Amino acid sequence: MNFNLKVWRQKSKSEKGFFQNLPVKNISPDTSFLEMLDAVNEDLILSGKEPIAFEHDCREGICGACSLVINGEAHGPQKAVTTCQLYMRQFKDGETLFIEPFRAKPFPILKDLIVDRSAFDRIQRAGAYVSVNTGSAPPANTIPISKENADEAFASATCIACGACVASCKNGSASLFVGARIAQFSKLPQGQIEQEKRALKMVAQMDKEGFGACSHTETCFASCPKEISLENIAKMNLLWRKSAIKQKK
Amino acid sequence: MSRETPSILKDTLTSKIPLGDLKDKWENRKFSFQLVNRSNRKNFDVIVVGAGLAGASAAASLGELGYKVKTFVIHDSPRRAHSIAAQGGINASKNYTNDGDSVERLFYDTIKGGDFRSREANTYRLAQVSGNIIDQCVAQGVPFSREYGGLLANRSFGGAQVSRTFYTRGQTGQQLLLGAYGALMRQVEQGTVELFTYHEMLDLVVSEGRAQGVVVRDLLSGKIKSYKAHAVILATGGYGNVFYLSTNAMNSNVTGSWRCHKKGAFFANPCFVQIHPTCIPQSGEHQSKLTLMSESLRNDGRVWTSSKKQDNRKAKDIPEEERDYYLERIYPSFGNLVPRDVASRQAKFQVDKGYGVGPTNRAVFLDFKEAIKEQGEEKISEKYGNLFSMYERITGENPYKTPMRIYPAVHYTMGGLWVDYELQSNLKGLFVLGEANFSDHGANRLGASALMQGLADGYFIIPYSIGNYLAQLGKEGSFKEQDFKEAVEQQEESLQSLLKLKGSQTIDQIHKRLGNLLWESVGMIRSEESLLKVQQQIVQLREEFWNEAHIPGKSNYKNQELEKAGRVADFLELAELMAKDALERKESCGCHFRQEFQTKDQEAQRNDEEFSHVSAWEWESSSGTKNISWKEHKEKLKFEHVKPSQRSYK
Repeated sequence: MNFNLKVWRQKSKSEKGFFQNLPVKNISPDTSFLEMLDAVNEDLILSGKEPIAFEHDCREGICGACSLVINGEAHGPQKAVTTCQLYMRQFKDGETLFIEPFRAKPFPILKDLIVDRSAFDRIQRAGAYVSVNTGSAPPANTIPISKENADEAFASATCIACGACVASCKNGSASLFVGARIAQFSKLPQGQIEQEKRALKMVAQMDKEGFGACSHTETCFASCPKEISLENIAKMNLLWRKSAIKQKK
Repeated sequence: MSRETPSILKDTLTSKIPLGDLKDKWENRKFSFQLVNRSNRKNFDVIVVGAGLAGASAAASLGELGYKVKTFVIHDSPRRAHSIAAQGGINASKNYTNDGDSVERLFYDTIKGGDFRSREANTYRLAQVSGNIIDQCVAQGVPFSREYGGLLANRSFGGAQVSRTFYTRGQTGQQLLLGAYGALMRQVEQGTVELFTYHEMLDLVVSEGRAQGVVVRDLLSGKIKSYKAHAVILATGGYGNVFYLSTNAMNSNVTGSWRCHKKGAFFANPCFVQIHPTCIPQSGEHQSKLTLMSESLRNDGRVWTSSKKQDNRKAKDIPEEERDYYLERIYPSFGNLVPRDVASRQAKFQVDKGYGVGPTNRAVFLDFKEAIKEQGEEKISEKYGNLFSMYERITGENPYKTPMRIYPAVHYTMGGLWVDYELQSNLKGLFVLGEANFSDHGANRLGASALMQGLADGYFIIPYSIGNYLAQLGKEGSFKEQDFKEAVEQQEESLQSLLKLKGSQTIDQIHKRLGNLLWESVGMIRSEESLLKVQQQIVQLREEFWNEAHIPGKSNYKNQELEKAGRVADFLELAELMAKDALERKESCGCHFRQEFQTKDQEAQRNDEEFSHVSAWEWESSSGTKNISWKEHKEKLKFEHVKPSQRSYK
């Protein structure tokens, strides 16, 4: 298969970026999207040029490192798939592909297609955990948890923190990511004790990082490779309101 | 601990295994450890390199204790570490299923699974703390799979006849890592742990006979800096990527371990590499990695090939009487749940004899038809849904309708830096945890034991043993500035020498060729002839690297090719040692199958008389890039509790 790539190139945070035209030829339909970029990079390197910088690691859709907006869609056109698991058989031969980084104010571009997602770590720091020191845990089966609750907590916890929700949202909102982290713990007895403080602190940090507000367009859900449910956002809003009101009293 | 003690033990390896009954060893040792007073702990700096399960759990636990911790990770976030990709589960001897499990049985299964090439005391301790890990993770809010009554669910894994594996669907590593990552970030928030993302360790600073810090490169700015510490913990994972194609993440590498090795840390059993039986077969030359299909699938899937040679028919066209369920046929009591090394080797035997299936005849089937018939599609989807859809995305085939095609692939490395019972390297002050050390799995690791070991090391072993080291180090821990300055300069120079390479081959091209060499000669079957030959080929390829490689760009910004180049340069040295180690081990054991040493049933033939030992290799010297010499040290394995026997899963 042949493609006409238009790839976003940008040397550093402060420099101006541009689209570079890169035609690619003879790509097998069983090649993954990132393997296609590997092939492009191989040619660039051997012709003495700088290869395209992009993040990737596990290449099996779980580490959350890969990103890319492909033809305007975060992680490309296929539903519930990360870029690393997207195969070229999903595209038409001869197609033009625009490849861009995840764009959002709190995700500054570091180089080419790599953006700085450290804001997510700082939100995590604000409270996405149960405060339990090593060694102080009671025996595991002491507190039964209903299968439904455990499964729901798991569904929230499958978020891979890739940032597609932010990149696809017109407001650059991180509500789906933050909501999923908050909802996971609120479904489990272990997470109940700190849940109000958690919601307040994490939402405050999210705002501080400059993520926008949620205006319920649902593009985050549409672009989420792990299909994290919108209920997580509702859960976050509910908990935050309850906690905020309580705090004012 | 006085400074006069030589730090590198030239002739003997002291494993520091406690005396006494196996059951009491760890308790006794913990009691004999010296403690650091709570108020003194803030005076000790500890560096942790890597933040997978072992590194994150160690950093979090030490931060909680009050030490001053610095954590370095190569990724943009600690949550990207490759532990996140572990699928199937984590073992613990809770005996919740009432099927006869115990600490003793988990210990026995593990040491037998490793074909009697691991230390009794280490393996026993692992089984002892396994239950605490599950308690800890549940308390952190890890959403383990549960039964309808609300209690924790279990499933079976290879090499065991009991159900002791805890899991969160097919994403157990992800959930355990999020637990450890949460604990780590809590300490970052509290200020006990300082986190450095996008930082790669390039060297260990050894001064006055002990590890005193690290040299790291900021992967964004390219700046090289050194950091001092009273102890260094290495938790940088395994070296499976030396094969280029493996189930490891693309950034997984040996550099942390290898740079320590070159500073004096012994590398143990480098040839012990786990080749996992159930992975999606390679589809073409463009392929950058192989994808694992969890071992848990063998709970419900049946492995078979055609009884006709060169059979390209689709599974549905092969009638039942022409199917050979070879694992069930050869191993009636363990069936599809034999350990990984056995399952992989049998798949290779089937394929090599011409019984492989699929378009290339280089695969076997893993079939869920019966399980779906018995349990229904919904139940199977609940257990393996994410794996089935991952398989379909990659291959375009639906495993609910047609069997998966699978073939073995490099997955895990049992070998690693040598450590004593306290997880300390022969280099004082360097501790090695998780997959990066060699300690608990012998010549083959059982499924769902890697997560167990990583968290055991980080949560429940290192917090005690490092305290003992630091208490003895006391006020002697002073630093010499000059050593750090020199170490930084050295790394700056070696980066510049890499950047001078403007040849005609990319790093990936060389790496792929290295992988092919190893897969053919240091893979599932090894022989004296091939091992001798491959050593020459590796040396030649290393020469080619230093003459022909092309590394673009400069070092003062994010340069991913430069990062890869340093790692592949290390792989090219490690590969030679792997072949050397495989050649010297003139027996077959676990994953290490030497053509010359097999039973008449094609099983691994151990030689306990001569090879019941750990081979720990010391880096002696190198001249240029060509000639490297190593010295082998042997740590004799003593079996007081179990009697090594010919492994049988029949």
